[in-house]
Amino acid sequence: MEILGIPLQAFLGQLMLGLVNGSFYAMLSLGLAVIFGLLGIVNFAHGALYMIGAYVAWMSLEYFGLNYWFALVLAPLVVGALGVVIERTLLKRLYKIDPIYGLLLTFGLALIAEGVFRDQFGVSGQQYPVPELLQGATNLGFMVLPNYRAFVVFASLLVCLATWWVIERTRLGSYLRAGTENPALVQAFGVNVPMMVMLTYAAGAGLAALAGVLAAPVIQVTPLMGSNLIIVVFAVVVIGGMGSILGSILTGLVLGIVEGLTKVFYPEASSVVVFVIMAIVLMIRPAGLFGKEA
Amino acid sequence: MQSAALARSARLAWWAGLAVLAAAPFIGLYPIFMMNALCFAIFACAFNLLLGFTGLLSFGHAAYFGAAAYVTGWLVRTAGWSPELGVIAGTVLAGLIGLAVGLIAIRRQGIYFAMITLAMAQMVYFVWLQAPFTGGEDGLQGVPRGTLFGFIPLASDVTLYYVVLAVFVAVFLFIVRVVHSPYGQVLKAIRENEPRAVSLGYDVDRYKLLAFVLSTALAGLAGSMKTLVLGFATLSDAHWSLSGEVVLMALLGGLGTFAGPVLGAFTIIGLQNFLADRVGAWVTVIIGAIFVVCVVAFRRGFVGELLAWQQRRGKQAD
Repeated sequence: MEILGIPLQAFLGQLMLGLVNGSFYAMLSLGLAVIFGLLGIVNFAHGALYMIGAYVAWMSLEYFGLNYWFALVLAPLVVGALGVVIERTLLKRLYKIDPIYGLLLTFGLALIAEGVFRDQFGVSGQQYPVPELLQGATNLGFMVLPNYRAFVVFASLLVCLATWWVIERTRLGSYLRAGTENPALVQAFGVNVPMMVMLTYAAGAGLAALAGVLAAPVIQVTPLMGSNLIIVVFAVVVIGGMGSILGSILTGLVLGIVEGLTKVFYPEASSVVVFVIMAIVLMIRPAGLFGKEA
Repeated sequence: MQSAALARSARLAWWAGLAVLAAAPFIGLYPIFMMNALCFAIFACAFNLLLGFTGLLSFGHAAYFGAAAYVTGWLVRTAGWSPELGVIAGTVLAGLIGLAVGLIAIRRQGIYFAMITLAMAQMVYFVWLQAPFTGGEDGLQGVPRGTLFGFIPLASDVTLYYVVLAVFVAVFLFIVRVVHSPYGQVLKAIRENEPRAVSLGYDVDRYKLLAFVLSTALAGLAGSMKTLVLGFATLSDAHWSLSGEVVLMALLGGLGTFAGPVLGAFTIIGLQNFLADRVGAWVTVIIGAIFVVCVVAFRRGFVGELLAWQQRRGKQAD
């Protein structure tokens, strides 16, 4: 069977790969949006945190023999703790000044992380094996679906929706949303806002690390994996607008799929298609698809 | 009294700086290094016109530097153009790309502007990565320096050094002129308070777009000159890490000051030269650490701190 001259299996395979990438875009842009909402900082280090997450998984297997499932818990905790340190020592000095300084500071942090890992591991990639439980593929009749890829999409969707639920449907989330609107007033009501800000950054960092662990078996783990991704995620965030959580999730997934399909039909353009879409969206709807501000 | 003394010492510093630059080949400063640093000084000054004097953070300035570097390299090497025409073509092309990107990016303000310019620069980067004439990962090698205006051979480092110095001084004076012009005053007004500039009736977007195009064209001029000096153009001329470095040069020297970006460029290029063979991948770590320190504790940069110090002293004297 063929679609527009492309074998169906190749078409669906790229679609699935696009969905996997889209899951990572969704998880990262979600964290970026939540951090920006509360801290007013565009976290350039988000890609580096994602990269560190993947390396925590790789190192814990290589040096301590800890398997994938341990890493899935360990990496977000380690990177979340790193996030606490970053927020307490550096970011909290920047809340009252122009947001561009937050971008520049986190850019510096990303360079530091990338340099350290490049010095330790070189630029060539490390392979991380697919966990035993999820090896192999399922034949669905019309396509062969690799189990691990299906798991990645399922797991990240679950995490994204859980994040949405916490922010939109719980008391903690209502504090968070109120803190985004007016931190001084929320503090006056007795909520410990600095603590909340710190934990939000840590949670965003942990989310990035979780995406890194999920990504480790599907891509090469390299020191550069984060910076390559973060620029695309920035474009995703501009397209979606940072106003809505479900909006960021949806935008991330759809753009991943679009990118995957571009690989099938016009491979040369696959690395630029997200940027082209960003330019078009900016011409038509400058605030982004789900953006609130005019 | 105070400000007159300040102006006198500033003038003295300018002439001293120019004298050192003019005498550089004869006092043992390595000409290739000096030319490279001057090219990056042009680049940093062009960037500072945008962030320092207009308040727009472009995080993709390497795109214009790299585009001009490639175009000049290709025209001079493959098409056999003279160096001056190659440089002009590179500058114009960088300005045109800047116009296209600027039209899209000025639709958003503040931090979004930075993210959009970064994303657009990454797009341009992928185009160079795949375009047939850029030589992919190897880059364009062996670009000849040729003969300027048909009668000044540039093969000698000393001759080329003075050409680069002349271009640098021209760009520097041009930026000083622009900032002090009525147009520059409007740019400053936009930086300080954009809504007020709008309410005073200024078409803010047009002013910002022109500043963006000027800045990108001058960034291109820097890239073109760099290709002539070093004889090659590679992907690292267009990479996002270079976009970050030019931000650091302007920030370290002092945003919104004239001499700051020049000092910043010389510091960073000198540091990279010094560290390159000694520490390997740690260059990136050190650059990142300087970034962090600058943002946390040194936001005024060298020149800004110096000016603030003189002002404090002036107050005490009164």
